[in-house]
Amino acid sequence: MISLAARDVLHAWGKFVFTGVGLGLLIGVTLTMAGVYRGMVDDAKVLLNNSGADLWVVQKQTLGPYAEPSSVHDDVYRSILGMPGVASAANVTYLTMQVQQGDRDVRVMVVGIVPDGPGAPGYLLAGRQIVRSHYEAVADVGTGFKLGQVIHIRRHNYTVVGLTRRMVSSGGDPMVFIPLRDAQEAQFLKDNDAILNERNRTAANPAFSRPDVLEAVINSQSNNPFVNAVLVQIKSGFTPEQVAESIRRWKRLQAYTRAQMEEILVAKLIATSSKQIGMFLVILAIVSAAIVAFIIYTLTMGKIREIAVLKLIGTRNRTIAGMIMQQAVGLGLIGFIVGKISATVWAPMFPKYVLLEPGDALRGFIAIVVICILASLLAIRAALKVDPAEAIGG
Amino acid sequence: MARDRGIFIEGMRKRYGEGETAVDALKEVNMQVMPGEVVGLIGPSGSGKSTLLKALGAVIEPTAGRMILGDEVIYDNGWLISDLRALRRDKIGFVFQAPYLIPFLDVTDNVALLPMLAGRPNGESRQRAVELLEALDIAHRAGAMPSQLSGGEQQRVAIARALVNQPPVILADEPTAPLDSERALAVIRILNQMARQYQTAIIVVTHDEKIIPTFKRIYHIRDGRTHEEAGEGREFE
Repeated sequence: MISLAARDVLHAWGKFVFTGVGLGLLIGVTLTMAGVYRGMVDDAKVLLNNSGADLWVVQKQTLGPYAEPSSVHDDVYRSILGMPGVASAANVTYLTMQVQQGDRDVRVMVVGIVPDGPGAPGYLLAGRQIVRSHYEAVADVGTGFKLGQVIHIRRHNYTVVGLTRRMVSSGGDPMVFIPLRDAQEAQFLKDNDAILNERNRTAANPAFSRPDVLEAVINSQSNNPFVNAVLVQIKSGFTPEQVAESIRRWKRLQAYTRAQMEEILVAKLIATSSKQIGMFLVILAIVSAAIVAFIIYTLTMGKIREIAVLKLIGTRNRTIAGMIMQQAVGLGLIGFIVGKISATVWAPMFPKYVLLEPGDALRGFIAIVVICILASLLAIRAALKVDPAEAIGG
Repeated sequence: MARDRGIFIEGMRKRYGEGETAVDALKEVNMQVMPGEVVGLIGPSGSGKSTLLKALGAVIEPTAGRMILGDEVIYDNGWLISDLRALRRDKIGFVFQAPYLIPFLDVTDNVALLPMLAGRPNGESRQRAVELLEALDIAHRAGAMPSQLSGGEQQRVAIARALVNQPPVILADEPTAPLDSERALAVIRILNQMARQYQTAIIVVTHDEKIIPTFKRIYHIRDGRTHEEAGEGREFE
């Protein structure tokens, strides 16, 4: 038996292919949306992987340092270093801001690190690690910065001495690593007018109008002894939860393991975004189904007389239903191929990371086939209702 | 191939609706068309021609009567055949006013489709189609699409399709309506030739004054009743 669906498609291939391409672009957008979500999750995991930490020690009752502000004293790491099971501990600061380079500015996450400590970039594409205590930076290539370029953060200039890759915040902003001291200053450094006003206000406070007190208070306002978190690596033979429990108990700080931090990032920080994308996916799936249903219904209605003739001359209902369903699935196949190619082509052009996973493509393919089959039911119903008597006049 | 009879109809009635709104579209239809014979069925609009054609084509169920197709009683105050779709496919050929060829199949496959639907192998079905296209002198267009054919050529392909399963009866509904005199007479000539060659009974429903004189026998239908009369049989004497 010849394939009526294939013959019909070959006969009107132009209409069919162009419709499939249109549908494919829509499917491409759908796959890209799924890729955007995957990219967000991957960014979150990369952020944790790149920190090289086993534990994140943060301010008590916060979900810091990525999901909530966290502030801990910068000398806490010393006492943590002395705890059983701790191999290394280092302060770290995170600050998302606009960084200027020449005439342009780039949104980045500025990370204050201790060179060679946890939190420092694990590998470089070019250049070297930070070796000086001030005014050097290592940047993710996503910033667009080049080696040797000078960038401006707050009131200071930094020279880019190294370039790294896939070092991004959970929001996808590329990272710029600078020495910890500079980062601490950048977080809290105010402009000259603000400093002067603050000093005047402090001096005017009668409570501080005693010898040495005013000077001590002003000195304490001029430097920043806080960091956002302490990153801890543990010794072999200890479990992260074991060490975290000790820190929680004895240091009265919050300590998160890798699993807990991933839960915070994926389930809390990007939860709203993922729901947003999920809604888009649902809407796009409904729109795709509506388009396939409309196209197949229109194509079927255009052949109503032929279908009546086919039924009159003895074609079985399942042959007619099969013809319509095969065309719907064929349309979906064309759409999927076009959509997959489109998504692959345009994904790298997105400013944030888009991760197209083969598993998503497979799930998408199955969903498209199911949607096409469901969408063809309307046309099949209409075709099966056609009275063969319509082929006979009168 | 010899058949005892083509189609025999006795006392066929068809009533639409019930009670006071009931309409008797067919009141008393008696017909017999022998194998190899072409008869005309004529009547004014509303006389019951289309209803009769649909009943003969097993598309609607008559209310009463008896119908014998070839050697088989298919209706006796109720269908005796459960699969009417297969009955239409295997035992009744249809030729319409417009050819209604399947636009996405070429000429050969338009004809071969019926035996394929009946489960015959593609090669055998196409072979049978080509033989018929040769008999109808249109084999040279075997690979053409319907849109590439003239009206007369399309109608010849439609006749080939109606004949391909060698049905005992062919129902032709205004087959010459869109054609000029010359082509209309050519179609009737072909129908007569095929009826004789394949021993098929052909009923031609028509209003076409050009072809009415060509029938040897004519059934008039008025108010749901058939009346037989002799025709002139002019063209084929």
